[in-house]
Amino acid sequence: MSPEPVYIVTMKVVPKTEEIRFDPVTKTVDRSKATNEINPADKNALEEALKLKDKYGGKVIVLSMGPPFFEPFLRTALAMGADDAILISDKALAGSDAYVTSMVLAKGIQKIGGATLVLCGEESSDGSTGQVPPGIATWLGYSLATFVSKIISLDLENKKVVVRRTIKGGYEDIDLPLPAVLAIELGINTPRFPDFRRKRWAEKEYKMTIWNIHDLGLKPEEVGLTGSPSRVKTLIELKPPERMRKIITDPDQAVEEIIKIIKSIK
Amino acid sequence: MSREEWRGFGVFIEQDEGVVEETSLEILGRIRELADKYNIKITSFVLTDDINRIIDKIRYYGSDEIVYAENSLFKTYLSDVFSTALYRLVSKYRPRYLLLPATRNSRDLAGRLAIMLRTCLLAHVISIDIDPETMRMNAAVPGFGGNIAAVCECVTMPEMATVSPGVFTPKIRKDIEPKLINESDLTKDLKTSMRKISRTSVARPDISRSEKIVVAGAGCIKDLELIKRFAKIIGAEYAVTRPVADAGLAPRDLQVGSTGISLKSKLVIVLGASGAPHFVSGIRDCGTVVSVNIDPDAPIKDFSDLFVVGDLYDIVKKLIDRLGG
Ligand SMILES: Cc1cc2nc3c(=O)[nH]c(=O)nc-3n(C[C@H](O)[C@H](O)[C@H](O)COP(=O)(O)OP(=O)(O)OC[C@H]3O[C@@H](n4cnc5c(N)ncnc54)[C@H](O)[C@@H]3O)c2cc1C
Ligand SMILES: Nc1ncnc2c1ncn2[C@@H]1O[C@H](COP(=O)(O)O)[C@@H](O)[C@H]1O
Repeated sequence: MSPEPVYIVTMKVVPKTEEIRFDPVTKTVDRSKATNEINPADKNALEEALKLKDKYGGKVIVLSMGPPFFEPFLRTALAMGADDAILISDKALAGSDAYVTSMVLAKGIQKIGGATLVLCGEESSDGSTGQVPPGIATWLGYSLATFVSKIISLDLENKKVVVRRTIKGGYEDIDLPLPAVLAIELGINTPRFPDFRRKRWAEKEYKMTIWNIHDLGLKPEEVGLTGSPSRVKTLIELKPPERMRKIITDPDQAVEEIIKIIKSIK
Repeated sequence: MSREEWRGFGVFIEQDEGVVEETSLEILGRIRELADKYNIKITSFVLTDDINRIIDKIRYYGSDEIVYAENSLFKTYLSDVFSTALYRLVSKYRPRYLLLPATRNSRDLAGRLAIMLRTCLLAHVISIDIDPETMRMNAAVPGFGGNIAAVCECVTMPEMATVSPGVFTPKIRKDIEPKLINESDLTKDLKTSMRKISRTSVARPDISRSEKIVVAGAGCIKDLELIKRFAKIIGAEYAVTRPVADAGLAPRDLQVGSTGISLKSKLVIVLGASGAPHFVSGIRDCGTVVSVNIDPDAPIKDFSDLFVVGDLYDIVKKLIDRLGG
């Protein structure tokens, strides 16, 4: 008999991209008007974990590193079906890059006692490095599959997972040993809605675990800006060129105009 | 002959069954300019099952030396063996700057390698420069859907980055005869713990440089065939937005945007797409943008030269009639 599988879903909270503004004077990103959401691909990762739990049993744990305002979003994940949520939160973590983030999350996973599968999103919609999942796998010595579009089967007995991953021009099915880190492609499933009764439990009764860096045996200088090997020198806006914005509402006129443009491209 | 310090440029030449990834050659095109300016050496790293299959496709793109390892495991990408193999080559040759293409496989590889080397990695950069004072690499990392970029540098070595496809242009350099170095011995003992069960891959034209493109957004899902027909009639390539690819109605390789391809066409006709930031960053470099949307307030309006308010099927049918399809 193999022990109960543990699925750890890494989850980040991000500002909605459409609502981000760039301030060209101060050269900073203005997030103040943006609402936050669970990183879209992480919701897909959670849904995959919940489906695995439905099929093979086990436990789903959400793990996140971020400021205290992440908490209500993790409660949403609990309401969707996660059994536990852990937030790694510490002022010293501010400014951490993918190197530090993956190290901290790997420490968190070790403290939990390891996982059968770690499910991440393929990338975050704000940072979008896609480096955290390979980073976690490398710190932990787990096997890795990125850009996973389907989890085909999980063989707990023989400690194997079969996944489909997107490659140039198509896909490949690969078989990898457990424990493994899977980076789940955005949009591969429809995440379930929070369950009404679970929602009450998650919001009113559930006591979330919060760890700081000392709980993970880390020192302040190993994390955050000082621990990060990459530095941001300045931010720039990649402005789209000014467009003519000619508006036509009459279909026949529109057709004439479009044909003229098509013919002008040689 | 391990070097004491981290010196020179290193480039990973990605190949898959003998097909060389264009982005690797594009990287060489850019760093050759920097290498000539600052007198820096370029070492290309190749993992292949057979060097003879690809050497002529990579020899004259500006490398000073080509370090390769042959192993039957290197025919197609395998995360564990590729990362270990490249780690060994890089640890021996110690390039100060190490660049890989920002393709799915090389992003997987780079993400592991950076941690193995305990160094930094800048993601899918869209520019590469060297700060003449510190000699550090400066590169722009796009974020937030590709509309804002952070100019970053690394404080550890090697200074690593993955480079977005289509940003630079390859240049043939027949004047530089690269030294070929066989390091197969370094990777002889490698074993994989992964097993490829099957692979389904179709060679598709690279549409990132096509002249005319028709993009089908989620508004087109009811009848994609009509859109494809229209594209064909006007001699354009066909592409899609993310939701259309997510629904399995088109391959990922045809998806435009920050997680897909960036277009550089002279004309792009965007049908039934709202104009989300992750999408519009992929049409930023296009010449003329025409869009059709039923919603007069769709954000795509602001990114269009001609914005048609109307039902796309109505407009497309009329266009097909007029153009005699
Ligand atoms: C991390 C991340 C990465 C992403 N990467 C990408 C990416 O690379 N590429 C990408 O495209 N998206 C990407 N997205 C998704 C992106 O945010 C948008 O959701 C997506 O671009 C919307 O696609 P759409 O415009 O086709 O669909 P919708 O937003 O649903 O818009 C459909 C439009 O069609 C119009 N319409 C409907 N019917 C008709 C009709 N009959 N006639 C005329 N108009 C009609 C509607 O008015 C609407 O404006 C990403 C998202 C995240 C979080
Ligand atoms: N701060 C974080 N907390 C938890 N998970 C994270 C965090 N940052 C990144 N991840 C995970 O790593 C994935 C890829 O993120 P990134 O490498 O930033 O593009 C995300 O989809 C998350 O699953």
